[in-house]
Amino acid sequence: MSVTNKSPAVLQVRDLACERDGRRLFEGLDFTLGAGAAIQVKGGNGAGKTTLLRTLIGSTSDYSGEILWRGQVFPQGLRAMREALLYIGHRGGVRGGLTPLENLTWYGATKTSALEALERVDLFGFEDSLCNSLSAGQNRRVALARMFLPQAPCLWILDEPLTALDVAGVAALEKQMTTHLGGGGSLLLTSHQPLNIMGLNFVDLSDCLVEESFSDTGGEHVFN
Amino acid sequence: MLLALRKRADIANPLLFFVTVLALLPLGVGPEPDLLAKMAPGMIWVMALLATMLSQESLFRGDFEDGTLEQLALLPQPLYFAVLAKSLVHWIATGLPLALLSPLLALMLNLPTEGYFCLFVSLFLGTASLSLIGAIGAALTVALRRPGLLLALIVMPLYVPVLIFGTGAVQAAIDGYAYSAQLAILAALLAAAAALAPLAAAGAIRISLDN
Repeated sequence: MSVTNKSPAVLQVRDLACERDGRRLFEGLDFTLGAGAAIQVKGGNGAGKTTLLRTLIGSTSDYSGEILWRGQVFPQGLRAMREALLYIGHRGGVRGGLTPLENLTWYGATKTSALEALERVDLFGFEDSLCNSLSAGQNRRVALARMFLPQAPCLWILDEPLTALDVAGVAALEKQMTTHLGGGGSLLLTSHQPLNIMGLNFVDLSDCLVEESFSDTGGEHVFN
Repeated sequence: MLLALRKRADIANPLLFFVTVLALLPLGVGPEPDLLAKMAPGMIWVMALLATMLSQESLFRGDFEDGTLEQLALLPQPLYFAVLAKSLVHWIATGLPLALLSPLLALMLNLPTEGYFCLFVSLFLGTASLSLIGAIGAALTVALRRPGLLLALIVMPLYVPVLIFGTGAVQAAIDGYAYSAQLAILAALLAAAAALAPLAAAGAIRISLDN
């Protein structure tokens, strides 16, 4: 599946292969993420979805192939990329000993914008209780509230953002993602659940398994 | 970041350890004032060292587990300053109270009065170095589940110079010699640790996160 490239490429991956603990997870992965485009990374448990995301944000340097941020090859492009990055991982980056409000202000939000974001993830009234005492879904909402802050960075990389969220939470998230894409932002996420986002593209890591790797064009995806 | 650490209940633990062990010491070795006075500088310093190390383990642990350490590493700003800030907070929470408490413990152990001021200053400077050096060990072991002993093995040899000059200064003060040279060396150690230890710790954090 190949789509003609209309908008400028934000993040490009060429012939990427990742390893973890000496085991090759996938190889020959190619895709291009344009401005205003979204990609959902698919693959079974242990296929390397999280490893792929952690490679893209530069937390792991155990890869071969090329990653380009706006045409600049890693690691030179990494710094510029991090300035435009919002990454929410498996561990949400929410401190249990702080309140949701304090957590958001730690990420540089002003008090009013933090309160607004918390209201939009339906945590109004919980802003002053400790995150330790909130449920898993509520903690996930606190982490995701960073997406609702003003001046959000342009590249969102989200690892399983929908875990522990209820139906209404997923809907609110999809709406916010669509708004983000409409404003020219880019989105890369992993999830096992289907997402209702216009123009969502897919990268399936099981197409790039080492054992059954496609010889030349199997892993080729261009999205924008 | 400072805000996060202020809420920790851990602050009391190393202090309690420090005070109880030193309070038990006379019971263990017998209450002869001369003997205690002889041992006091060394004992207070060793206990301060252990108390600092005891609390070091949790320096990055919480942040690692909830993912904020990863977020810190992703910031465009260097990790160096984050580590420096964390070490500073750690020192304010453990080293500084230890130094402030030290005259009281010196009294309990019958330390000659000439040594009080020197003990305070040497602990004040020394524990700051200990916090910074310990950050390296904490960063290296943050990904491990039970780092206790390994942390001690990594950090202890690096603590040795601080301990030597710390106790040396107090001993010199008690014996009536000039002790400014030892304090100057302690201050120099602190300056070197402040410049280099966060660098090493930041590198260690990146390695720990890279898996």
